[in-house]
Amino acid sequence: MSEVSSTQEFQYSSPRHQAETAISGMWLFLATEMLFFGPLFLAWIYSRHWNQQGFDAGARQTEVIVGTVNTVVLVTSSLIYSMGVTFIEGGGTRRLIQCCIGAWLLGLMFLLLKFGIEWRHDFERRLFPGSDFAIDGPLRDGARLFFVFYFLGTAVHGLHMLVGLILVGWIILRARRNEFSSSYYTPVIAVGLYWSFVDMVWIILYPLIYLVGRGA
Amino acid sequence: MSTIASATTKTSNSYLTDGTTIRSWLLTTDHKRIALLYLGSITLFFFVGGIAAALIRFNLIAPQGMIGSAETYNRLFTMHGVVMVWFFLIPAVPVTLGNFLVPLMLGARDLAFPKLNLISWYLYILAGVAALYSLIAGGVDTGWTFYTPLATAYSKGHVVATVVAIFIAGFSSIATGLNFIISIHSLRAPGMTWYKMPVFLWSLYATSVILVLATPVLAMTLVLLAFERIFHIGVFDPTVGGDPLLFQHLFWFYSHPAVYVMILPGFGVISEIVPAFSNKRLFGYKFVVWSSISIAVIGFLVWGHHMFVAGASLYSALVFSILSFMVAVPSAIKVFNWIGTMHGGSVRFDAPMLYALGFIGLFTIGGLTGLFVAALAADVHLTQTYFVVAHFHYVMVGGMVSAFFAGLHFWWPKITGRLYPEIWGRVGAVIIFFGFNLTFFPQFLLGYLGMPRRYHSYPPEFQVLNVLSSAGATILAVGYLLPLAYMTWSLFYGKRASDNPWSATGLEWRTESPPPTENFEVTPAVTAPPYDYPLRDVEQRHV
Repeated sequence: MSEVSSTQEFQYSSPRHQAETAISGMWLFLATEMLFFGPLFLAWIYSRHWNQQGFDAGARQTEVIVGTVNTVVLVTSSLIYSMGVTFIEGGGTRRLIQCCIGAWLLGLMFLLLKFGIEWRHDFERRLFPGSDFAIDGPLRDGARLFFVFYFLGTAVHGLHMLVGLILVGWIILRARRNEFSSSYYTPVIAVGLYWSFVDMVWIILYPLIYLVGRGA
Repeated sequence: MSTIASATTKTSNSYLTDGTTIRSWLLTTDHKRIALLYLGSITLFFFVGGIAAALIRFNLIAPQGMIGSAETYNRLFTMHGVVMVWFFLIPAVPVTLGNFLVPLMLGARDLAFPKLNLISWYLYILAGVAALYSLIAGGVDTGWTFYTPLATAYSKGHVVATVVAIFIAGFSSIATGLNFIISIHSLRAPGMTWYKMPVFLWSLYATSVILVLATPVLAMTLVLLAFERIFHIGVFDPTVGGDPLLFQHLFWFYSHPAVYVMILPGFGVISEIVPAFSNKRLFGYKFVVWSSISIAVIGFLVWGHHMFVAGASLYSALVFSILSFMVAVPSAIKVFNWIGTMHGGSVRFDAPMLYALGFIGLFTIGGLTGLFVAALAADVHLTQTYFVVAHFHYVMVGGMVSAFFAGLHFWWPKITGRLYPEIWGRVGAVIIFFGFNLTFFPQFLLGYLGMPRRYHSYPPEFQVLNVLSSAGATILAVGYLLPLAYMTWSLFYGKRASDNPWSATGLEWRTESPPPTENFEVTPAVTAPPYDYPLRDVEQRHV
């Protein structure tokens, strides 16, 4: 639905009609995304309820500094992107491009920190919940279950980030071709909604991974 | 888009002849052509699933089983379930009739997102290829429900490939549902208020809400399942502190609403046909409309009735039982309103109406037996027996497949510009009705007597009823092959159809048969109420 061409498609009565339809389509898509992540969070909290100490033992092994830095990076990225939306509302294509590049680079930084550094450390410390899982003793099962959620949750979120980077990159290319103006910037908003949604998911993942049970 | 935009200038071109290359079909964004692409694809899967069903019935002719091993039998009924549920029943009416009719009924030129519509078809095909791969590679033996830990730890079949297929098919459904919801909100013709929309659109709206809100839950559930299967550790594994019942909760949170995805569009079809062939306004329009919406809403709250014997607490079982009973209220409203529509009408018994009448009867039996299994005490006896199998086949096959055929016959002249042979249409409808009852009514008796489902063999005293059921299945097979034959024939030799061969109301009948690519030369304006047929009920004459 983000592929709305800059000219009006023939089933719409006006460009405004088309823009409103595209944006509402994006919102509905994000609703489906919420229900996609919902069961993951539900299962996570439910499983933690039955294996609290194991989950806490797992959570203490996570790298809270990388996670916190990443949270700041991602929220900042969304903030910058939103500034870009404000600029294009006034017709500032050059500013939009700058903001998008900033947002894109921060998104890339998140992925590098997450998968280049954090995941690598996790694997080195044998935290992948396979057969040679590092944590032993009575808390082993719960901790393994925690890391099932950890790896699945971050992987699915990371895939969404990757899609987001492609979309933001696509906005940059189109903006460089001067396709957006103060009268037409629907795709910029649509991608912005998605980019912020990916943030929201992380905002829920962050405490689930790094904070809950850490002090226990 | 530019190709379609230029097509608007040559108005008289039917969508069927507007571009004749294969490329013009495979890259089309025209909702009508995508509907036909879908029609071909789901017909293929209907027969794939049908062959599996035929083999199941063949096996059950003899108590010790006619074919192979229990393992083979398990793979057959799993493939039958997977293919029929995700590759036929769930998409059936929405992606074919829905795709074709939603813009036409709205007075629009296409769906809101035509490219997304095409993508949904490709996703469906991709999913279908994955499903066929797992079928050819040897299939899967878990049943269509993939219960854990069977599916994660013990099954020897191709669970992951099948799960991937369903996962992708889910996104195809989501794309279609999203497109319909946004189109109905955004693309109604001038004057087409919500209460002037045909019930078909309302029921597809309700269907789409379920598709959009329930399918993603299944998607994540399948991800969790696949992870556990691949890495041998996961959230449904009780040996590491997981919970296999959590899978059932998540699965049925999707799959019970999905049951209503398989019937709500059928309600919509019947609500169009009954007034048209009674020449009378639909009785209680608003009640029919809101009963669709309430089924969609209540449908999200009843999943626990699949788990009455899975260790649910009595309290939660009672709540789920009561909520399940509540579904009967809107369903009954619909049945009574269709009968009320026919009452005092001038009823014609053409093939679509025969299918529709079959639907009403069979759905009523299917719905009422649903109350048996919603009742806690009765369910303890009936669960996992052929009674359940018969119950949902009465709804899914007797109901939905009949509705699909009813709609296909009803709109066939609009879709193809040709008339199907009426006499054969009626013969087909009657054969399907009798074949269906002979196949599935004995299964109620079998289930009541205690024959469990999903077994390769059975005690000899059940043989007579099983043979009756299998005999019915052969009649049913003839009934399904018949429309395939005469409808294909009519594509080439059928009589040309007029724009409105049934004298029906609705915007789709106000354009040509087959419609031009852009649907309407001038965007139609709507002033009349829906189902503005000459006959109406007493109280309707006064308003």
